[in-house]
Amino acid sequence: MVSNVSPASLPRPRVPWAVVGVTPFMIFAVLFLILPTLFLVVGAFQANDGGFTLANLGKLWTPTILSSYWISIKVSVASAVIGAAIGAFIAYAAVSGGLPRWIRPTIMTFSGVASQFAGVPLAFAFLATLGRQGLVTLFLSSLFGINIYSQGFNLLSFWGLTLTYLYFQIPLMVLIVTPAIEGLRKEWREAATILGASTWQYWRHIAGPVLLPSFLGATLLLFANSFGAIATAYALTGSSLNIVTILLYAQIRGDVLHDQNLGYAIAFGMIVITGLSNLCYILLRVRSERWLK
Amino acid sequence: MKTDRLGHWLAILIGMLYFLVPLAATFEFSLRKLRGVYSFEAYRIVLADPQFQSSFTFSIGLAVVTIVFGMAIIVPMAYFVELRLRKLRPFIEFVTLLPLVVPAIVIVFGYLRLYNSSSVLPLTNSSLGTNFLLTCGYVTLALPYMYRSIETGLRSIDVRTLTEAAESLGASSATIIWRVILPNIRSAMLSGAFLTFAIVIGEFTFASLLNRPAFGPYLQLIGANRAYEPAALAVMAFMITWACMGIIQVISRNAVAARH
Amino acid sequence: MSFIEISHLKKSFGPNTVVHDFSLSIDKGEFVSFLGPSGCGKTTILRMIAGFESATSGSISVGGAEMTHLPPAKRNVGMVFQAYALFPNLTVAGNIGFGLKIAGKERGEIDARVAEMLELIKLPDLGGRYPYQLSGGQQQRVALARALAIKPQVLLLDEPLSALDAKIRVSLREEIRSLQRELGITTVFVTHDQEEALSISDRIVVMNEGRADQVGTPSAIYNNPATRFVASFVGTLNLFEARVVDPASGRVSIDGQPVMTARDISAFGIADEATVALRPEALTLGNGDDDRNTLAGTVEEVSFLGAVIRVRVRLREARVSLDIFNDPALVLPKIGMPAVVSFKKDDLLIIDGR
Ligand SMILES: Nc1ncnc2c1ncn2[C@@H]1O[C@H](COP(=O)(O)OP(=O)(O)OP(=O)(O)O)[C@@H](O)[C@H]1O
Ligand SMILES: [Mg+2]
Repeated sequence: MVSNVSPASLPRPRVPWAVVGVTPFMIFAVLFLILPTLFLVVGAFQANDGGFTLANLGKLWTPTILSSYWISIKVSVASAVIGAAIGAFIAYAAVSGGLPRWIRPTIMTFSGVASQFAGVPLAFAFLATLGRQGLVTLFLSSLFGINIYSQGFNLLSFWGLTLTYLYFQIPLMVLIVTPAIEGLRKEWREAATILGASTWQYWRHIAGPVLLPSFLGATLLLFANSFGAIATAYALTGSSLNIVTILLYAQIRGDVLHDQNLGYAIAFGMIVITGLSNLCYILLRVRSERWLK
Repeated sequence: MKTDRLGHWLAILIGMLYFLVPLAATFEFSLRKLRGVYSFEAYRIVLADPQFQSSFTFSIGLAVVTIVFGMAIIVPMAYFVELRLRKLRPFIEFVTLLPLVVPAIVIVFGYLRLYNSSSVLPLTNSSLGTNFLLTCGYVTLALPYMYRSIETGLRSIDVRTLTEAAESLGASSATIIWRVILPNIRSAMLSGAFLTFAIVIGEFTFASLLNRPAFGPYLQLIGANRAYEPAALAVMAFMITWACMGIIQVISRNAVAARH
Repeated sequence: MSFIEISHLKKSFGPNTVVHDFSLSIDKGEFVSFLGPSGCGKTTILRMIAGFESATSGSISVGGAEMTHLPPAKRNVGMVFQAYALFPNLTVAGNIGFGLKIAGKERGEIDARVAEMLELIKLPDLGGRYPYQLSGGQQQRVALARALAIKPQVLLLDEPLSALDAKIRVSLREEIRSLQRELGITTVFVTHDQEEALSISDRIVVMNEGRADQVGTPSAIYNNPATRFVASFVGTLNLFEARVVDPASGRVSIDGQPVMTARDISAFGIADEATVALRPEALTLGNGDDDRNTLAGTVEEVSFLGAVIRVRVRLREARVSLDIFNDPALVLPKIGMPAVVSFKKDDLLIIDGR
């Protein structure tokens, strides 16, 4: 610590400013972040009489709950993987040269906006686009005579939700992965080339492996991002699409399952899934930052 | 090389279309309120709706309180952690990432169990208490973004040297934060603030489950009951997001320019 | 026939021509440095030899084979970049073996060659490390090993030492030179550090705005600079506009004081202007022997540089700087004192009028 020598005065009690400054945040974090989470985690393992049990978790293995997890996972995986692939390609196209200079900042700004444009308004936007009366739906049927709804498309379905989530997943991917792609040094490619490598071999042995941790990490982040989301799905499909966040929402609102501790178990299951994917994300990020320094 | 570039253009073009078409469609849809002609009728109805006005002002107020409250606890914490309490950093990193791990709906579920009317701290008993709870929820939502931008801001200036220089001139800790540190991380704080604003303004989960008359639940309600007004609202929400992000861009660009 | 033949090479980026009509022959096993200020086109020429830039016109051949239009992967040259060019995802051994692996060599052969290269760069135990675990100097040695592992016909080095600190820079350049001698590999070395170029090259190409101003051995470049640019870029130099008094005997006048040069100035006419130069280390304070030239003036400044002391003497109009070796017994000249400087006839350089 820095000691302020004040030669003239008597030794006065020193205020530990650092502790004073950090305390409010600590209290806040405990009360409004850690305790509520712990409460649910503990509750997931508690029987009604307060004793330890695994029965709550066992009760997750019912068709409704399992299928809701399953749909959530499917939507999250689909939107994360597709979003990551497309986002990475757009990011690469924007930074790899050959295109005019203004492209890169434009893409980044657009991505910043689009990645934050989620929730209820996004559902409205997609209803107006691909709903039964949406512009694109009408456009396709009047111009090409294709009625996408009679072809089996439904916005209020797995693919509809995935398509909607992609609206913020792709730009989020662009934002996360662009720095990593920019971290590829021109010298690596040249060094590989002069050692005889073809473009494919350069990607296979150098650029691919270097980017892989960032890419996988970003994909996991995208997964967690859509797994915990509810507003868009709720506004889009009401409760017709049985994803786990909507199930939990209904449970909280009306206690549809008539079992407090089962609600905790559902929440706990979600924390485990997002927690694992975030953990992997962090591990992968540490690894790729080490390389790209 | 040539075909390469074609592929790049194509990727960007498709990306742009995916981004712009829903916006255009939403805008077009919002104009269809009156049969047969394009009009701003849907906007007029929405803007004249007293519930719109009250929920929107409520959410703006909430966003402002969230920003002020969040900054008030995060800035001193980040400053002292950077300056003196480095060993706390892993814990802080963990806490500030927690909101990305624990979904909002889980956090609010915890609140409802922990602070309901029969608990030790029955915050949900009064509307003031519930509003406070909602604010706290929003601070947790915004925590990763706010902390990240403030931390970046603090790292880009040399906190230690600045503080020691100010201390050697006899300034107190409060004075140092207020007069020396804050002015230097102003742009980082502003960026964090506008991002928070964009997150809070249309937030649905917390507000709906805590039963607060905020803009998010209002949007959802309109969406369930009206046809064209939701599109008008989506356009407005988009413009708000756009404005916030645009302001952040301008702020950070100016900050970079000022440093040179 | 020399090993590398560069003839009439020209490179333009859009309207900017950055290399003009550059020709050079390099013998097998020779160590040639490109020396010049920033932006003079050194890297561009090197990259044309490597194949990363295509020549606007002119040609390059190596070992009798024309390779102006060959892609880089087919040229069999090794290259070391300024910095950070090791593959971060591969270990030291993986980096060194990369070229061999691409060439489809067998595992055992690769391992043997990698071990040999690690021995050569004196890092035998670091094969398993990743680049981020190495110091800058070690990284550049690995980069050198990686370039040499494929047994290239030519080694190209683009300011490989400029990201390192001064001590390492000196020791590593000596190592590079001795390695190069040992392997007998034809090497082109780019630098903007004249001391570096002078100390390790067989020949130096001094470049100025996309042209080779002079090509020669270090001593030729230093002692007989062909142009004013070379003279001022390589080492410190006193330059004067002298007037020719007698072309036949070599008498000229500097700032009104008559001096003799041993060099041939018969091409000049009486009363012509000639640019002449004197190295600071060629000058001494005091009269010296009879056959030395002298210039009289007053001491204007004395600066202590460590091993040498630089003294600036004002003649009438012109100034001249000279270096004297530091010696504790020495009585330093005082500012304002009258002084005479002297030098041998051989040391008065005549520089081409360019
Ligand atoms: N790809 C390019 N496009 C346009 N101009 C270029 C390009 N590459 C180099 N130049 C220009 O060519 C000139 C020579 O560049 P080069 O890199 O060869 O210089 P250099 O001698 O290696 O300098 P340094 O010592 O700074 O590395 C410079 O004026 C540079 O701006
Ligand atoms: Mg260069």
